Amino acid sequence: MMMHDRLEEMALIEEQSRTQFTQQVRVCVAAGCLSSQSDVVKETLEKEVARNGLERACQVKGVGCMGLCAEGPLVSVTTNGEAKSRQVMYRHVTPADAPELAEALVAKKTVKRLQMPEKMPFFDRQVKIVLENSGEIDPERIEEYIAAEGYQGLLTAVTEMTPTEVIDEIVRSGLRGRGGGGYPTGLKWITVAKMDGPVKYVICNADEGDPGAFMDRSVLESDPHRVLEGMAIAGYAVGATEGYIYVRGEYPLAVERLKLAIRQANRLGVLGSKVCGTTFDFNVQIRLGAGAFVCGEETALIASVEGKRGAPRPRPPYPAEYGLWGKPTLINNVETFANVPAILRKGGAWYAAIGTEKSKGTKVFALAGSIQNTGLIEVPMGMTLREIIFDIGGGVPDGQCKAVQTGGPSGGCIPAEFFDTAVDYESLRELGSIMGSGGMIIMDESASMVDVARYFMEFCMTESCGKCVPCRVGTVHMYNLLDRIYKGQGRPRDLAMLEELCEVVRETSLCGLGQTAPNPVLSTLRYFRHEYTDLLAPEAGNGAAPAAKSPAAERPLEAKS
Amino acid sequence: MLLKTQKAEPPSEDKRWRIVQATMRRNGFERHALIETLHTVQESFGFLDEESLSYVAASLRVPLSQVYGVSTFYHLFTLKPAGEHSCVMCTGTACYIKGLPNLLVAMEAAYGVLPGETTADNKLSLLTARCLGSCGLAPVAVFDGEVVGKLTVEKLQERLGRWNNHDDA
Repeated sequence: MMMHDRLEEMALIEEQSRTQFTQQVRVCVAAGCLSSQSDVVKETLEKEVARNGLERACQVKGVGCMGLCAEGPLVSVTTNGEAKSRQVMYRHVTPADAPELAEALVAKKTVKRLQMPEKMPFFDRQVKIVLENSGEIDPERIEEYIAAEGYQGLLTAVTEMTPTEVIDEIVRSGLRGRGGGGYPTGLKWITVAKMDGPVKYVICNADEGDPGAFMDRSVLESDPHRVLEGMAIAGYAVGATEGYIYVRGEYPLAVERLKLAIRQANRLGVLGSKVCGTTFDFNVQIRLGAGAFVCGEETALIASVEGKRGAPRPRPPYPAEYGLWGKPTLINNVETFANVPAILRKGGAWYAAIGTEKSKGTKVFALAGSIQNTGLIEVPMGMTLREIIFDIGGGVPDGQCKAVQTGGPSGGCIPAEFFDTAVDYESLRELGSIMGSGGMIIMDESASMVDVARYFMEFCMTESCGKCVPCRVGTVHMYNLLDRIYKGQGRPRDLAMLEELCEVVRETSLCGLGQTAPNPVLSTLRYFRHEYTDLLAPEAGNGAAPAAKSPAAERPLEAKS
Repeated sequence: MLLKTQKAEPPSEDKRWRIVQATMRRNGFERHALIETLHTVQESFGFLDEESLSYVAASLRVPLSQVYGVSTFYHLFTLKPAGEHSCVMCTGTACYIKGLPNLLVAMEAAYGVLPGETTADNKLSLLTARCLGSCGLAPVAVFDGEVVGKLTVEKLQERLGRWNNHDDA
């Protein structure tokens, strides 16, 4: 029970030091706002607060992502003793605004010029589980995570529950893989737990490769301890003593915060040897990706952790039986692990009460493209696309919404007439797309669907690892066909050939990359076939043919070295 | 056991090799530390040349062919020295929809470089990245490590012009 008292004490001290201040100023220091100099905003605010003699009354701190990245840098001010909904949020804050903000803090007023509307559907309609601490706590301080009930789930698991009970709780929650596949998490855990052998591994897949998706990055940057706690609970449940986090090399800030978090957790004793004073050991290491999309596929990821080229291998055997260095390995996505602590703390039944019949809980989506409120949201499963795009996302700034692309290069485009569909794994698959990891790219009328399909095919073509023929050769041919059609040089038989190739590549590729590469083409053909056929006969075209194109637009984006 | 104690000598006296050695030591000179080590080499030297690949291969006892395979497989590794300044353009979906192709055209028109190339005077390297995850600011590019969002052709030219002016002064 020592760790229990320790955590309680830390939470208490943290709470006391927090209540010493009458005001809390939170500045978003996640990657989105950082690139608009939110770090300078924070520094200047600190100086200004000190200059006004407020350093004892007002705490300035850096926090994780608040979600509304389009309006960044974001700053929120809460006054202690008031309800949380009374917090004032400021947008587009620049270092030059700091003196004005500090004066407003002294006078207990608000700066109307920068203030966001008090009631915004963007915030009101969300249900936060994974992101509950994002934008609230300082991601670089373990104390704040603990004050927000952090590591309670792990403590309960290792001190009061058997591994089987932990797994039962996950099964009860109905949690499914948030990387996009939607495989029941509990089932995966059971499979790994059943394997014999003293050495097993837990891997966290943080190789968020889909272009237009930044959910995992935000979670890692805003609340890294949550992911570590989820991994440790998983380790305890399946009998693994070692964990790896495979992070994209493109996310240096996430890596830095994770490293710091691991150090803090080891020092406190909630990770490392003798977790929480029990006999359970769990060490976490970081492995850096080096820019290969295919490494998001689990067997390719394992190869990469082993220091090899990220080429996938046929399954079965699945990693659950034969994974890292041939040992049983549990691989889950960042968001999946981030759900686990809350499930352990509040119970599987609580989690299962959220969402739809088959898809439980919440899902984090990254809204981008032609949309007012670009940013990160978390909504219960079963919310309709219309609510997500128009109520929360604020709709398309100028123009009509034409379609939404979900699931990245493995997904598809859903046209506006299907926006009343409730979002879950099954419904999106029926529409020819997938849930994917959660990127949603909203497209307005100006977007050419053939161009979108071509863009994703170019992506798959350059990202294909080259191991199996259908994917290596098929994607190149599909790209050439799409390119030809887009340039108005396509013939009807090209379209027939394209469809045939889609079929072949989907059915015969080795891994998910190839199997799903035709999806963007198939879904745009399904809903926007006329855009293809219009381009096939330019003389009969109705203006849908693209304007004069520039030379660079016709080349693949990726450099071929 | 004999092999384990035999240490490969760094290609030169350059102190940066110590950083590389430290990375390998931290990973117990295990073969699976290959990618980590290559990351460190690239961070320290800017790119991977034949000498460094051979040295890493010998130190970790990995076939040179595998080291070469790994360093060409992953996009982040480069075998060519970069220019003085680098501009990394994000090619994610959001950036593409919000006008990346026009930016690339402007780059080519102004500097004659395509993605992956360096200008003849070795001043500027144009690189691409698969989504930097800052889709809220699309289109995004990274100028020498500084992220700049909501790019337009004018803004891009202004940023690149700064380097030129600075160098002239």
